Amino acid sequence: MTKIITNGLNLFYGKFHALKNVNSGFGENRITAIIGPSGCGKSTLLRVFNRMNDLIDGVRTEGEVVIGEKNILAPATDLVALRKKVGMVFQRPNPFPLSIYENIVFGERIHGDKVKDDKLDEIAEKSLRDVLLWDELKDRLNEPALRLSLEQKQRLCIARVIAVKPDVLLMDEPCSTLDPNATQRVEELMRELKNKYTIIIVTHNMQQAARVSDDTGFMLLGELIEFGNTETVFTAPSDKRTEDYITGRYG
Amino acid sequence: MRNPYRSQKIAYAFLLLSTLLIVVPVGMIVVIIIQKGLPAMNWQFLSDIPRQGMRAGGIFPAIVGTLYLVTGAISFALPIGLLAAIYLSEYSRDNLLTRIIKLAIVNLAGVPSVVYGLFGLALFVIFFGFGASILSGSLTLGIMILPVIITTSREALESVPASFREVSLSLGASKWQTIRHIVLPNALPGILTGTILGLGRAAGETAPILFTVAAFYLPQLPDSIMDQVMALPYHLYVISTQVPNVDEKIRYGTALVLLAMVLFMNLIAIIIRHKFRKRKKW
Repeated sequence: MTKIITNGLNLFYGKFHALKNVNSGFGENRITAIIGPSGCGKSTLLRVFNRMNDLIDGVRTEGEVVIGEKNILAPATDLVALRKKVGMVFQRPNPFPLSIYENIVFGERIHGDKVKDDKLDEIAEKSLRDVLLWDELKDRLNEPALRLSLEQKQRLCIARVIAVKPDVLLMDEPCSTLDPNATQRVEELMRELKNKYTIIIVTHNMQQAARVSDDTGFMLLGELIEFGNTETVFTAPSDKRTEDYITGRYG
Repeated sequence: MRNPYRSQKIAYAFLLLSTLLIVVPVGMIVVIIIQKGLPAMNWQFLSDIPRQGMRAGGIFPAIVGTLYLVTGAISFALPIGLLAAIYLSEYSRDNLLTRIIKLAIVNLAGVPSVVYGLFGLALFVIFFGFGASILSGSLTLGIMILPVIITTSREALESVPASFREVSLSLGASKWQTIRHIVLPNALPGILTGTILGLGRAAGETAPILFTVAAFYLPQLPDSIMDQVMALPYHLYVISTQVPNVDEKIRYGTALVLLAMVLFMNLIAIIIRHKFRKRKKW
């Protein structure tokens, strides 16, 4: 099943043409990696899916992006509903300066009306279990989240997104601030999570893309050059530029 | 040959001297006022009405009047200032209108306080017909401290990291929810600091209340916000220049009470800021 389809997607920052005619389909319950050199537009593409580019002045999009049969680029799109369905994990772990518990239940407090405490407890426990933090943190829920290690913070951020019950998880270089061991554990977590979510990860780390993803897209200067099964992209790319990038000739 | 180390030493000495010079007047003011005012301090001075043409008795009505005025000014200026700051930092785009607004705020801060007094007289006392009253005085003081509150609130709001807003929005919070649940709580200490500094300023100003509320001599407490009151700064002016033969210790005692009120407010602002700095770690 394809979860997200982009048709003739173009994006402009003022006059700068940042995404050029991107056509792609992202499979449900699969991890799709988007790779490419800095400035190729991979983060911009990711931020199209939850309309975070709207925060920047002078951004204009053309074409369509269909998530769950709806074109989310349509002006009438309910951004709150969209962002509940399409969650995002950022490059830098960025918990709020609140307790661990309050970080996780933030979404529920915002979205639910008259939330009962035991329901919040339930959500907190479930979300922390899903990111394999429950056993570590169950006795420390009221401690400030800023006191956690980087890896724990990033897991907490994932738990905070999961608590909102999205279908899609967008991850913007989620491991770039983590050490190799922590990176490995977060990648394992991603493999766990793909059973429930459609995951799109932007990474500049090709090994990570090769290790963790099912499909890979390669972007260069705003164009989606290659898109397909990860193994095929890495072993038998159809475009010369993909091969050059993968073998380390630029980027 | 020039000796760079020697000129550095001379420069250093001058810098240190200039810096120390800042401390001297502050210290002297405080010391002199305490020295001369302390003998007047007793329960009667703080709780009694002025007697014998303000040459004896206490300053209770002036203390109460100043508290009323400060409270009135802040309950008018804080909501408006905070909402304006939220609009300017969170909603407005950079265009001609907002640049004019920001310029207006900067200039409002630079208007001499006596001009505020005259403005308050024309607008509130005469045009709106509030007369010389707590209401007129509070509104005038409120307008005077608006720029302080807007500027410090805006700074506090803008110092909340953009990533907090981004995360909150990405979790499906609306813009207002983001402001309400994430931005405001993290900006609150800064906003409070600005508010208290504004309070201190409102408590100490004489000119804005001169024509709008302050009573020369009114040995009773006000019944409503349409009444006149005595106020500490104006009372100090009166007993220092308008009434002959007032005992020096009464004048300095009044000054000490006013100074203590203002310094106490500043102290609270410093404590809040200090606590917040220790807590914030992003």
